[in-house]
Amino acid sequence: MKSRHKRMVFIVIGLAALGGAVALIMSALQSNINHFFSPTEVIANAAPKDRSFRLGGLVVKDSVQREDDGLTVHFGVTDNVETVPVVFTGILPDLFREGEGVVAQGKIANDGTFMADEVLAKHDETYMPPEVAEALEKAEQAKIEASVLPAEGI
Amino acid sequence: MFNLFKFASPASFYPLAGKLVTLFAIASVILLVIGLYMSFFVAPTDYKQGEGYRIMFIHVPAAWMSMFIYVVMACWAAAGMIWHTRLSSMMASALAPTGAMFTFLALWTGALWGKPMWGAWWVWDARLTSELILLFLYVGFMALESAIDDPRRAARASGLLALVGVINVPIIYYSVQWWNTLHQGSSIKVVKGGVETSMTEIMVWTLLIMTFACWFYTIAVALSRVRSIILERESDSSWVKEMLQGAKS
Repeated sequence: MKSRHKRMVFIVIGLAALGGAVALIMSALQSNINHFFSPTEVIANAAPKDRSFRLGGLVVKDSVQREDDGLTVHFGVTDNVETVPVVFTGILPDLFREGEGVVAQGKIANDGTFMADEVLAKHDETYMPPEVAEALEKAEQAKIEASVLPAEGI
Repeated sequence: MFNLFKFASPASFYPLAGKLVTLFAIASVILLVIGLYMSFFVAPTDYKQGEGYRIMFIHVPAAWMSMFIYVVMACWAAAGMIWHTRLSSMMASALAPTGAMFTFLALWTGALWGKPMWGAWWVWDARLTSELILLFLYVGFMALESAIDDPRRAARASGLLALVGVINVPIIYYSVQWWNTLHQGSSIKVVKGGVETSMTEIMVWTLLIMTFACWFYTIAVALSRVRSIILERESDSSWVKEMLQGAKS
């Protein structure tokens, strides 16, 4: 074996070993690297009870209610399996909308309500012009109506 | 026959690099003008983020280049360690400052984008944190290399750091898939049987043109930097002396 082949093999084996080690560390730290807990994890008591953590999910449609002070907001956060009620007093980000993603930092109260100190909006990776979004929504509506109509016929 | 290995010698690579610098600099400027025009005036307004999303056209190419340059740099470092070619480590050190610049640009434009859209300049999620580590790796590489006077020992030490750090690149890329992050997923994904995108076609084209502009810029800048490094390291050799005398007379 030539010495440059030896060096090549050494580098390849070294990188593979390092990669393996990092993969093991990452999988051991899985829950620490996750930025937020999902509502399912919170309901399953996987989230910390006595200290602050982040809750992430979608804002439930038609769930946003403002109190009379104009600053306190109630809404539900869901992962389409479980839903956690959230209370937040403060200014919401511009992208905060029903049906869109949020990540809220706070504590869970005894009654199961999440008391948020901070609410951040999480947007997805879809980008399109408004006309296209409108057209897609119309098509979606038409599909729903089409699936409902035959049922009414019966 | 055309012998590629001829250009592994600094003396013959120096004039070739000079020609390539001009070529890639011109190509980069042309693409940048087209790309910026498309970013501001051709690409449509986004249905959700309005005009603010346009920062993506610099943020995404910068982030891509920050990872890509690191991989190329690590490959040069590995080549230098395996074949002991002088030019390889010079290429690695010529790429580092540009890589660091793109990493910084990705982090900075990301902060400017994050504040209006998410509501925060910075969060410690896996994507943002691993990209910050990439910046530290670049800075560490440059610091380590300049801390050692002997160029061969400097190349070996910094090359090792570059190789170890390459593990971070797949972590950055897949962080949004492996863990819950505030950062959104990739809009352009390589999947089985092709490429999938969740963007309007014109946005993809704008992004690609901007990426090629950044890529060609990187080639031009790295090659002109490697020319300076060649002159510095080979200043005692006869071909550099001859060239300098030729320039004087």
